[in-house]
Amino acid sequence: MSRNALLINYQYCSGCHSCEFACRNHLGLSKEQWGIKLTEVEPFEVEPGVWNWDYVPVPTKLCDQCLERVQAGEKPSCVKHCQSFCMEYGPVADMAARAEELGDKTALFIL
Amino acid sequence: MQIPEGEYRVGTDDDYYVRTNVWSAPGCHGAACGAILHVKDGKLVDIEGDESNPITNGRLCIKCLGIPEYQYHPDRILYPMKRDPKDRGKNTWERITWDEAYDLIEENYYKVREKSGTNNAVLTLGGTGREATMFYPVISFADFRSANVAAPISGDSCYGPRCMIASYMFGTGYPEVDSGMFFNKKYDDPRFERSEYMIIWGSNPLVSNPAGYFGHQIIDMMKMGTKIIVVDPQITWLGSRAEYVLQLRPGTDAALALGMLNVIINEDLYDHDFVEKWCYGFDELSERVSEYPVERVEEITQVPAELIRKAARAYATADGTGRNCSIFMGVAMEMQVDCVSDIQAVLSLIAICGNLDVPGGNVVGPRASFTGAWRYEQIKWVSEEDKKGRIGEEREPIERNALSNVQSDAILPELELPDDERTVRMIWFNSCNALVCMPAEPQRWIEACKKMDFNVVQDLFLTPTAMALCDLFLPVATFPEHDGIVQIHYGRHTPYLGAEVKALDYGETKSDLQVTFELGKRLNPEAWAQFETIEDFMDDQIAPTGLTFDELRHEGILSFDGWNYKKYETGEMRADGQVGFDTITGMVELYSMHFEQWCGEPLPKHEPSPFSEEANPEMAAKYPIILTTGGRKWTQFHSEWHQVESMRQIDPWPVLTINPETAAEYGLSEKDWAEVYNDTGKARLKVHVSTVIKPGMVHATHGWWFPEQDGEAPNYFGAFKSNINTLLPNDSIGRMYKGAPYKSNLCNIRRVRSLDED
Ligand code: SF4
Ligand code: SF4
Repeated sequence: MSRNALLINYQYCSGCHSCEFACRNHLGLSKEQWGIKLTEVEPFEVEPGVWNWDYVPVPTKLCDQCLERVQAGEKPSCVKHCQSFCMEYGPVADMAARAEELGDKTALFIL
Repeated sequence: MQIPEGEYRVGTDDDYYVRTNVWSAPGCHGAACGAILHVKDGKLVDIEGDESNPITNGRLCIKCLGIPEYQYHPDRILYPMKRDPKDRGKNTWERITWDEAYDLIEENYYKVREKSGTNNAVLTLGGTGREATMFYPVISFADFRSANVAAPISGDSCYGPRCMIASYMFGTGYPEVDSGMFFNKKYDDPRFERSEYMIIWGSNPLVSNPAGYFGHQIIDMMKMGTKIIVVDPQITWLGSRAEYVLQLRPGTDAALALGMLNVIINEDLYDHDFVEKWCYGFDELSERVSEYPVERVEEITQVPAELIRKAARAYATADGTGRNCSIFMGVAMEMQVDCVSDIQAVLSLIAICGNLDVPGGNVVGPRASFTGAWRYEQIKWVSEEDKKGRIGEEREPIERNALSNVQSDAILPELELPDDERTVRMIWFNSCNALVCMPAEPQRWIEACKKMDFNVVQDLFLTPTAMALCDLFLPVATFPEHDGIVQIHYGRHTPYLGAEVKALDYGETKSDLQVTFELGKRLNPEAWAQFETIEDFMDDQIAPTGLTFDELRHEGILSFDGWNYKKYETGEMRADGQVGFDTITGMVELYSMHFEQWCGEPLPKHEPSPFSEEANPEMAAKYPIILTTGGRKWTQFHSEWHQVESMRQIDPWPVLTINPETAAEYGLSEKDWAEVYNDTGKARLKVHVSTVIKPGMVHATHGWWFPEQDGEAPNYFGAFKSNINTLLPNDSIGRMYKGAPYKSNLCNIRRVRSLDED
């Protein structure tokens, strides 16, 4: 079976935490656990007036790829609720092609 | 999960899904986000986004995704409670029925009314954001028949001033950035065009969804190609994605806008056609902006002159793409003494560049519609004598203010009067946690409010305000617990109407509408005679749409497909159907004769904050650091959500953001506790060292209290430990009594060991 990937076009990830909460609701996790966790490259000035500030959510061992939802034809919960619509999910090859299309600041997590 | 079109509920009696459009409680601005609620065995077990909602398309923020945790929090108050006024500050609440609660209100209302000889004996204070904003004026006007009502924020520095100024300059409602809201197909409608540039001015809309605008629509448009310009003293995340960031000194927005106007007028970049046909007072404005050459503006704002030029040219010309540009204004515009001027100047930018009511510009609707208009019309139940006798009437006559509220800074001195000179004897706190949020100098408010004979609060948790001051607690329903109508932008720009659909009962909570209605039936039945139920009332409110509430519920959300652009050319802006604007001159009033009459100043101009080096060098010598406050967090809505563990996990403490240079100067490191203070007050926050803020200034988060601490007197859940509003003196406000320097105060800082130890 081909593997799937979670794509994050983090040019647009605003760090809103919705993916974390949506995932927790889906997996029914306690406050100590995460299915996906937001990470931050804190802001710094690259050159005068130009800033780098990135968020990237990282899926954890607990991510079950929203198997039941996906089988029922729905999007993974994190992907659906992402306020920036900057997450996508699918077979690795498709996601790699999408990443190439989207360009800068895109990450793929092979699940 | 999807609910089939035309239905709002699917499933069985004990396991079902309900589609709704979210407003409150908990607090939010009513952006009509679409949600599907899953109820199992009478309990809300899950919430998901609704992909069919045209605004959010399935997305939700963490305050919606966290609603089950909020709703079932063990501290939530589910039944009416009373407490002996002698016991204020003690946790001696006693559960009562709603009938007993209403009896108690009635009894006390008649008592205070008799004592003061006027209905104005009752003062209603409304919090911000929640649906309560639609009903607190009504409780005051239609139920108590009192003219004393306000959102108690210094300088009325909330959403009101911009509505008022737009109303006088354009004769319209709130000028919002075009996000395709005029069309069912939104961005896909061929009439829609994205902005070439969008200026995000004093706002963090992704976090705050201000005034009903779902902030991440901005990301949608950035993906389509819209370029961002940010005006903010701090680098925001959007700033890191912007073409230009104008990092201005707090409280100098009017000067910056005037500088941009100067560039646009002197470089002849404005829209001649629009100005000639539709603007009144362009010559006077040109003369005024000549006092603001960019070099001078650089000195005032600390934004490099070249950057001001670049931003102004970009906004005015859209890089020659033929597209239009928009400006997204945040409440920072109101939270400084230049409030009237900075809004006037920004609205002038929109107008003279021809960006008003055009695709990709700032678009407008009627001044007020639906409940947004109806709520203020209820002033008709107040006698002429009571209108004249209301608090602060001499400052701002009732007809002038677009919100019919009393001028907030006049309230505190009234409450502080001795018993025999005071009119107000009873306060109704409607979703208003005044000790922690909104008013300046809450340390005076607590003492003043304690003098009242009787105080009532409507809320969901025992807040410091409830604990310290109130004798009756009325529990408010969350959004899954009641029916309602979501009117984005409070009816001040409402291209969408959403049905808020009740999914379940919990405890004995009631919505704001229900309490307003039931209380009115007792105190002023005439006002409510035509309605048997609240559903009758809602049917009546949305009658212009041709739908009943039940039909709207089945529909989900209604978009008024086909509002036109350039309504000033079609006669749709004026009540008389003539072309032009609904102002005295029929034009955009760059020069306002109204403002000239009221405060002697028809045009925008910059005045320094009363707490700044220029205006008060003595204070600046003692308190050399600029203090700005009120930046928003994902996890909070003002003073709400502090008891919810998932939120505290992300934002455990109030935060003071400080530049590394300044931090080093004051011996502060990351996660240290610092006390911020001036002659008026003090607050403790946890230090966050970051270059997003310039040296010599700090930003403090607002609205903090600690539900995990002792709620009884004198601690009141730590309400005064991190209370940044204690540093702002009441009544330090701008012209026309608008705007207060929440964003531009002065302070000093010292390192302390913790929240409690020095
Ligand atoms: S795919 Fe599902 S389980 Fe995995 S991170 Fe997203 S929401 Fe969590
Ligand atoms: S939901 Fe989307 S925008 Fe929000 S933090 Fe997660 S990836 Fe980023």
